[in-house]
Amino acid sequence: MSSRELILGRVRRALADVPRDDTPYEQAVPRGYLREHGARSVAETVDLLAENLADYRALVHRCAAGELAATIAGLLAAHGSASVVVPAGLDETWLAATGVTRVPDRAEDTSAELDRVDSVVTGCALAIAETGTLVLDGGPDQGRRRITLVPDHHICVVRVPGQVVSSVPQALERLDPGRPLTWISGPSATSDIELDRVEGVHGPRTLEVVLVSGG
Amino acid sequence: MSGTFVGMPAFPEAAHEAVNNPTLRANLRHATHTIRAKRAVAVSELDDWAALREAGKQIKDHTLRHLDRYLVQLEESVTAAGGVVHWAADADEANRIVVELVRATGESEVVKVKSMATQEIGLNEALEAAGIHAYETDLAELIVQLGKDRPSHILVPAIHRNRGEIRDIFTREMSEWGRPAPEGLTDTPAELAEAARLHLREKFLRAKVGVSGANFMVAETGTMMVVESEGNGRMCLTLPETLISVVGIEKTVPTWRDLEVFLQTLPRSSTAERMNPYTSMWTGTTDSDTADGPRTFHLVLIDNGRTDTLADEVGRQALRCIRCSACLNVCPVYERAGGHAYGSVYPGPIGAILSPQLRGTQSEIDASLPYASSLCGACYEVCPVAIDIPEVLVHLRERIAEGGPVTREGNKAVLKPAKGHAAERAAMRAARWAFGHPGALRTGQRLASRTRRFHPRTLPGPGRAWSDTRDLPAVPAEPFRDWWQRTQGGKDVPK
Repeated sequence: MSSRELILGRVRRALADVPRDDTPYEQAVPRGYLREHGARSVAETVDLLAENLADYRALVHRCAAGELAATIAGLLAAHGSASVVVPAGLDETWLAATGVTRVPDRAEDTSAELDRVDSVVTGCALAIAETGTLVLDGGPDQGRRRITLVPDHHICVVRVPGQVVSSVPQALERLDPGRPLTWISGPSATSDIELDRVEGVHGPRTLEVVLVSGG
Repeated sequence: MSGTFVGMPAFPEAAHEAVNNPTLRANLRHATHTIRAKRAVAVSELDDWAALREAGKQIKDHTLRHLDRYLVQLEESVTAAGGVVHWAADADEANRIVVELVRATGESEVVKVKSMATQEIGLNEALEAAGIHAYETDLAELIVQLGKDRPSHILVPAIHRNRGEIRDIFTREMSEWGRPAPEGLTDTPAELAEAARLHLREKFLRAKVGVSGANFMVAETGTMMVVESEGNGRMCLTLPETLISVVGIEKTVPTWRDLEVFLQTLPRSSTAERMNPYTSMWTGTTDSDTADGPRTFHLVLIDNGRTDTLADEVGRQALRCIRCSACLNVCPVYERAGGHAYGSVYPGPIGAILSPQLRGTQSEIDASLPYASSLCGACYEVCPVAIDIPEVLVHLRERIAEGGPVTREGNKAVLKPAKGHAAERAAMRAARWAFGHPGALRTGQRLASRTRRFHPRTLPGPGRAWSDTRDLPAVPAEPFRDWWQRTQGGKDVPK
């Protein structure tokens, strides 16, 4: 007998006491919990996102669509970056005001090459206000998962309010499980040493979020 | 100290050593109290916590009650998404499968994201025996691995180490494994984290094989999910060409939507955060032209005692556990005894019910674990999936003292009463007889009252250990029933 059959057989014998006419899944799970917590206006939801991102040590910036290129150029300059990884589908106008070397996200590039790049600029799939979370799904303006992981400085652009949801349940219903998903809440952190929070272990030590409106 | 728990002394012995170590107790007290307070704040932000807890409980219970169906569905979904599913009945088989998979890649090292399942089966030791080096990449796991130590907490495995001890371990051991610790390393957490970053980065960038666990597996979509904070998980799940995930069969949930419950309850219960810094979800492999993540994905589903646990109608609720560790942080016994005393990768209250079920109660340590509790109930209060840990503890105590039906490796058996409980059983038998014979009880009680001056302060024989740490209850000068007869005699007492 294969281990598959062995294990499935053990499961079935172990469940001999469970009545066969058991409640179907849809009725078995009470979904009495909330779809979002608290009543907020759209503007308040965006404010909450900014507040929760900052609470977990992300650096939050807000600007109008017309100021985005200048904002990103300023952030790259302030960080002292000489090079930036650019996902294939990133809006070209976002980087129109900076002169730093652009490194395209290409599948054939090695991790070591990526490690030598200073910054990365991406969009996102959506952002969750209640938890201060950015969600990346590998879309054209976000690139592969590794480009937001290996460089030490990540600038992520969120279109507000269009890309902002209130809560985790609202986020999941808008996401496609077939895509590679990365949820990011603040920069890389550890609390493994006496529970003191330290930013930046393996992922980017600096996470900057630009909330751009009117885009 | 070896990396395994084989040959551990029983809990009372191991705990005795731990409570006499003031550094350990201080480290533990600081950590558990800090996180306990933070967790309460994080949970209080959600008005619907009770409803989320109930939903989490019901999702896991429903899944367990139909686990055969959901496992088959999971296998189909993972396979359809380009993954390969393997089934392992026990630890040896799981280790054999992983060793063969790594060998097939031609590689001799793997990077690992923290996984309790792989600790449970002793995968690192099995890989080492096959000439394959396994590098733990979670900072706390790295501290434990470099210190040739064992994890002592589910969430913060190096909770028992303070910053000075960690500095000493890094300075002494890092060069043995790769990039040495920087010169003049101090004990500030930021510098220690930086040393770990530099040490591990060279391993991440060259790694061809990653090994992980998973927090959840979605049957409907074949999606795996790992929550973490440091980015080492993302490194292991994204950079290698081959990813091998070793996951207990109980980590299955039916649908994508179910994650909305656990993504709210798990981070708040474990790290006391609204959300952990990184959550990765992947479904099989991605197209080779985008090459986002490993090109080969293997899922090893392990039983290793889980189906035996499932067969126990009271004990099966332990399989709801989502490994948040909230129960450890509120437990007065864990706080004093520390994680090592439990002799298992699953310490604290959840370990006290999970380990004896996964491993059986034949060993001394496993037979002692259900007694490693004051039954105060704090663990049940904080559990985000409402596991009634005290109920299972009492159930397991009864089985150990009285014997009873169990399932081991899928076979039904009847367990004999454990050794060392003879006095307890004799006392219970005597009590049963005495309560059934009121005359004898009355005579006995009167006799006890009259001889009370001569009673010893400690018990002789097997009861001695019990009375070492407690005063024997004093026998009253007059039995209650005599007093009742003499005074009120059952008449109504005027107020």
